[in-house]
Amino acid sequence: MANIISDETIEYVGILAKLELSDDEKEKAKSDMGRMLDYIDMLNQLDTSSVEPMSHIFPVNNVFREDVVVNGDDRENILANAPEEKDGTFVVPKTVD
Amino acid sequence: MKLMSLTATELGKKIQSGEVKVVDAVNEALAQIEAKDDTINSFVTVNKEGALKKAEEVQKLIDEGKLTGPLAGVPVAIKDNMCTTGILTTCSSKILGNFVPTFTATAVERLEAAGAIIIGKTNMDEFAMGSTTETSAYGITRNPWNTNHVPGGSSGGSCTAVAAEECSFALGSDTGGSIRQPSSFCGVTGIKPTYGTVSRYGLIAYGSSLDQIGPVAKDVTDVATILEVIAAHDPKDSTSVKREEYDFTSALVDDVKGLKIGIPKGYFGEGLDAEVKDSILAAVEVLKSKGAIVEEFDLSLIEYAIPAYYVIASAEASSNLERFDGVKYGYRTAEYNGLHNMYKKTRSEGFGEEVKRRIMLGSFVLSSGYYDAYYLKALRTKALIKKAFDEAFAKYDVIIGPAAPTTAPEIGKSLADPIKMYLGDIYTISVNLAGLPGISVPCGTDSKGLPIGMQIIGDCFSEKTLIRAAYAYEQARGGYKHCPAAE
Repeated sequence: MANIISDETIEYVGILAKLELSDDEKEKAKSDMGRMLDYIDMLNQLDTSSVEPMSHIFPVNNVFREDVVVNGDDRENILANAPEEKDGTFVVPKTVD
Repeated sequence: MKLMSLTATELGKKIQSGEVKVVDAVNEALAQIEAKDDTINSFVTVNKEGALKKAEEVQKLIDEGKLTGPLAGVPVAIKDNMCTTGILTTCSSKILGNFVPTFTATAVERLEAAGAIIIGKTNMDEFAMGSTTETSAYGITRNPWNTNHVPGGSSGGSCTAVAAEECSFALGSDTGGSIRQPSSFCGVTGIKPTYGTVSRYGLIAYGSSLDQIGPVAKDVTDVATILEVIAAHDPKDSTSVKREEYDFTSALVDDVKGLKIGIPKGYFGEGLDAEVKDSILAAVEVLKSKGAIVEEFDLSLIEYAIPAYYVIASAEASSNLERFDGVKYGYRTAEYNGLHNMYKKTRSEGFGEEVKRRIMLGSFVLSSGYYDAYYLKALRTKALIKKAFDEAFAKYDVIIGPAAPTTAPEIGKSLADPIKMYLGDIYTISVNLAGLPGISVPCGTDSKGLPIGMQIIGDCFSEKTLIRAAYAYEQARGGYKHCPAAE
């Protein structure tokens, strides 16, 4: 495998991805990612030095509308999906001391 | 009469004429689900009460002459990544196991406005990440043609629901082949429209620059009719395109005289199953005998589409799936220590293996130091692939190839080697990168009795040409071949 993923890298990617991996999962992720990157490195065979990156196939422009509320109050139904709610609000762990 | 063995448009006509009552169609779909779905598992959720209630309302509007469209009263199955008000929408993931949307996807809303009846939500690969419908948190879906084989994916449940005649038609979504490949494996017809044609509003995003919703049905007339209903410019989707026309059914014409068909040599080389190859080339011969002009050509860069796709799709997925954090909806871990631990535990417990693999890869390719080397490189490759297609469509009206290198693989054979599984998407993936429309039409079965699909690819906004070519082939091929297990 040409791409060796270090423990530090997998730790860092875990922070970015907000995923907590077990030791076994980490080892598997290291080897999976290494293999994928080896495969993806195939792209380096292409000379793309004069090619602009294409994020969308059509020109994407900002789409504007008047800033008016069109949806009604749906608080009850929305809160029905909340893992935890209290007095019409979402309950979350303490975020500031 | 077996109502679910009719095409959607045939059933719609009988409902309009008063020959068939909507409630009878809905009851028959429900009975078929009852009979078949323990084995096939097309559905995550069956909308029994809702469908029966809706049947009454729709019947009344039809009787009053207020609903006169071709899909009024016709039962439809919706892939479980499209939000439906009041109906559980799981994306086949544990993390959305209890999510009941408060809004409906525009494509689904348009079907409902046309009087179609939502019969249930179909199983899929978790978050549409997979090619076999084996990564669902709600069990695997089996191919009705042979239940030891996968239905393909990720819209596996939508395609099996049509093949097993548990509904009249279905909606799927296609990010890298997720409508065309399972349609091919299940012997049904599916179309992935040009990017931007069908609104993505309410479609739970995987790779936003690649995702498109499209119809799955028994024949080309059905998919054209359904597409005409769901396609529209939508102010709620900023990537929605305002097309010049949405009249797809006028292309249902049996005429391919002078149609220029390009056959990419690279699509028929190493790695393609011999029976699949023969079947598709025989179908091309049919079009040729009807007056189409067929020519082989070199479509470059085919092998680079897969690595470019997995970088782009994973990158977009890692960003799109950040919203699943256990705060406002969905699963939240039982015990945690502070906010960040809650996020991490919720996501680690809520997502399956393939989803985590892609989020990790996506986070990596977007991270500082790797962004240029991987993400931008993939976007540059995408530009080259688009250019290769532009050159091809300067010469040809359509390109024809397989939808997949083989017929449906056996269950349990694909997931162990992700890269090998990804390689199975080689004929479909570049179409998404270039935003093109593609249709898969059944063109035979292999010696094991498993269906084979021919894929017709067109330039952006050329759905009508695809529909015409597919329809002309279908006229010569003969009507829909029912899956024996649907009996």
